[in-house]
Amino acid sequence: MQIPVEGFMYPNEVELQWSVLIVLYPFITGLVAGAFILASLERVFRVDAVKPTYRLALLTALSFLLVAPLPLQLHLGHPGRSFEMYLTPHSSSAMAMFGFVYLWYLMAVLLLEIWLDYRRDIVVKSETSSGVTRFIYRVLTFGSNVISERSLRIDERLGYFITLIGIPSAFLLHGYVGFIFGSVKANPWWSSPLMPIVFIFSAMVSGIAAVMLLYMLSTRLRGRNVEIGCLDKIAQYLLYTFLIDFSLEMLDLIHRIYEADESFRSLDFMVHTRLWMSQVIVQILLGTVAPIALLGLTQVLKFTEVVRKRIYALAGCLTVVGIFAMRWNVVIGGQLFSKSFLGYTTYKMGFATREGLLTAIALMILPFGILWILVKLLPPWPDSGSIPALVTPPAHRTS
Amino acid sequence: MFKDVEHLIRLAAVMAIALVAFVVLRAAIVPHSFGQYGHYRGAAIAEIAARPIGFAGHDACEGCHSDVVDQKKQGKHVVVACEACHGALAKHADDPGSVTPAKLDTAVICARCHEADSAKPKWFPQVLTADHSGGLACDTCHQPHSPKIETQKIETKTKAEGKQ
Amino acid sequence: MEITRRHLLVLLPAAAVGWKFVLAGTPEDAPNYKLSEHWWGMLIDIPKCIGCGSCVRACAQENDVPEGYYRTWVERYHVTDYQLERPQVASPDGGKQGFPPNEIGGKNFFVPKLCNHCADSPCTQVCPVGATFLSPDGVVLVDKTYCLGCRYCIQACPYGCRFLNPKTNTAEKCTLCYHRITKGLTTACCEVCPTGARQLADLKNPKDPIHEFLRTHTVQVLKPQMATGAKVFYDGMDGSVR
Repeated sequence: MQIPVEGFMYPNEVELQWSVLIVLYPFITGLVAGAFILASLERVFRVDAVKPTYRLALLTALSFLLVAPLPLQLHLGHPGRSFEMYLTPHSSSAMAMFGFVYLWYLMAVLLLEIWLDYRRDIVVKSETSSGVTRFIYRVLTFGSNVISERSLRIDERLGYFITLIGIPSAFLLHGYVGFIFGSVKANPWWSSPLMPIVFIFSAMVSGIAAVMLLYMLSTRLRGRNVEIGCLDKIAQYLLYTFLIDFSLEMLDLIHRIYEADESFRSLDFMVHTRLWMSQVIVQILLGTVAPIALLGLTQVLKFTEVVRKRIYALAGCLTVVGIFAMRWNVVIGGQLFSKSFLGYTTYKMGFATREGLLTAIALMILPFGILWILVKLLPPWPDSGSIPALVTPPAHRTS
Repeated sequence: MFKDVEHLIRLAAVMAIALVAFVVLRAAIVPHSFGQYGHYRGAAIAEIAARPIGFAGHDACEGCHSDVVDQKKQGKHVVVACEACHGALAKHADDPGSVTPAKLDTAVICARCHEADSAKPKWFPQVLTADHSGGLACDTCHQPHSPKIETQKIETKTKAEGKQ
Repeated sequence: MEITRRHLLVLLPAAAVGWKFVLAGTPEDAPNYKLSEHWWGMLIDIPKCIGCGSCVRACAQENDVPEGYYRTWVERYHVTDYQLERPQVASPDGGKQGFPPNEIGGKNFFVPKLCNHCADSPCTQVCPVGATFLSPDGVVLVDKTYCLGCRYCIQACPYGCRFLNPKTNTAEKCTLCYHRITKGLTTACCEVCPTGARQLADLKNPKDPIHEFLRTHTVQVLKPQMATGAKVFYDGMDGSVR
């Protein structure tokens, strides 16, 4: 397969090393970090308005976190050797920390927080359900069915403490993903101290937008009404984080243009040609400016509830697409130009290959499957009654 | 008193067991020579060094082919190693009978170095082969081991061609 | 029996036997190779390079380099007048088959490239598991039985010297013919270079001519702003080279 090259590439540079799967990885961990931070808002800062999304946000974070290592694993030349990262982690490697940051975040933060929050439900269900589900709940109780008031109060306090640790952990999880790229001095498209912080804020943006959309979608599927106050609040957070994210990205851009170092001419040409569509049109205009404008309008003008919901849905979708485009432009864009600054190569995405489009689509659907199972197992709806002994009445359409 | 935190104690126990299992497994799996010289498998150095060689090196050739060495001393190609033209021949050096070096096509081999190119240093002898020899093999006139033209050789060649 | 296999038997972790002594039938004279006594690098004399591609072919043959990938390659530069920032560079098939003839004005020259065996290498820094490393004698190597194939090192190399071997699915690069230099031989590329444009250099050996050369010539390393401690030194390198 001949890869089209323009100008001069070092001969080993023609083939791209990091594929669409490595685009998915920061996108997915971004959703995790963002969803978790939204959940933490309610708990740590006591924002009651977003309470309906608390458990949903946690479960969303968990389902995406479980999928996060899969694109990496599939991408490795020797997937069977990935455990070496735990055995002999290289302390000077940003990537070596992945395993530990991931484990910490999964085991110590997310699972623990969810477990503590759901423990009462789990214990009750382990006694009321039957068959396989009963067994699952029994395992989840660790053989202890203490749900005394005091124990629940301890859980609550411990959960609060974990959330406190969880916020910096979420920042760490995604900040370090930014560092993986930002610390590559050989690559001027990546090498920037702003990279980790841009990654964190874009993660929050995508996570908040995703939870907002999931909340709207799931309430609709259950035939309930969304709490518009909650939605307004989330949309407001989305707008503010987006403004910070956009300012940071523009700061990076302006800095690059003004400094115009040795790589600038090459990168500038790339943005105006190969990345024009994905960077300028999709990422900046459609994926950032448009949702900010839409969300900004809802703050300035008085719209009816229905119109606001529509705007939020549209802005949320544009945001998620825009953040995906941002990951694409970082990962793929950073490999399209030669480190000699004299030429450009082309990324040819496979279709039904190990690192192809089909795999990427499957990996993006998978978290929703996991979320579906988690929601069945641990219903996050505040109105469904967390004690299953009370039979939930069939949903009435009230709207 | 501990009754209310029983679930937490059980959880901590599970985590402790997992941690111990990890430490034990790690000790068992990590290669022994890891860390011998630094953060890598020390035995890898010897493994990489153990790879068999392909090019014997001109010292090995010169041990047997002293006649060619003498011939090369007459001309500028004295600095060119044998395997630069003849290719990798460690197997031949080890057991001369096992591999016989192929006869070289001088029309191709010589042009690799001597085809004119403005990027080549000016001191380096270079020709446009099409104009210079018109596709004739270079060893029609030049002795590759000592390429300076010997008038006598050309005469014999011309005579030989004349007789045909 | 292959001499190389006989060779393997006597090879110890930190000591190898000089091949030429083995060949001469006097293996007892072979020097013991001590890791701590060497610090390898290379000298590239640009004014001597004729762009014949012998080094690229020899490297591929010596090291089984897969088609389309290069542990060493040769670039041809064309610079017009003062346009140092806009050179025209070509390296068809890494220069393996030589270069299509050109007769043009301006400044033209060849630049052989290979791993710089950096003392502070970004590639070894980023390896998550310690599968690539700087050996005690100054050679950046890859442990292909340990490499994950994550390709972070390929991204981190400023010089484009690494690639993923599609057969082994592990990162691969120039070993400075480690299997040769530890046996007292020079690298395959230096062995076949017809003009002496490439010279293996042992920076810890006081008798190595490299020291005299460095003292008397203006030398440079590639991309010095990367501060990688590159140990491949270029004599007579133009400012347009990158």
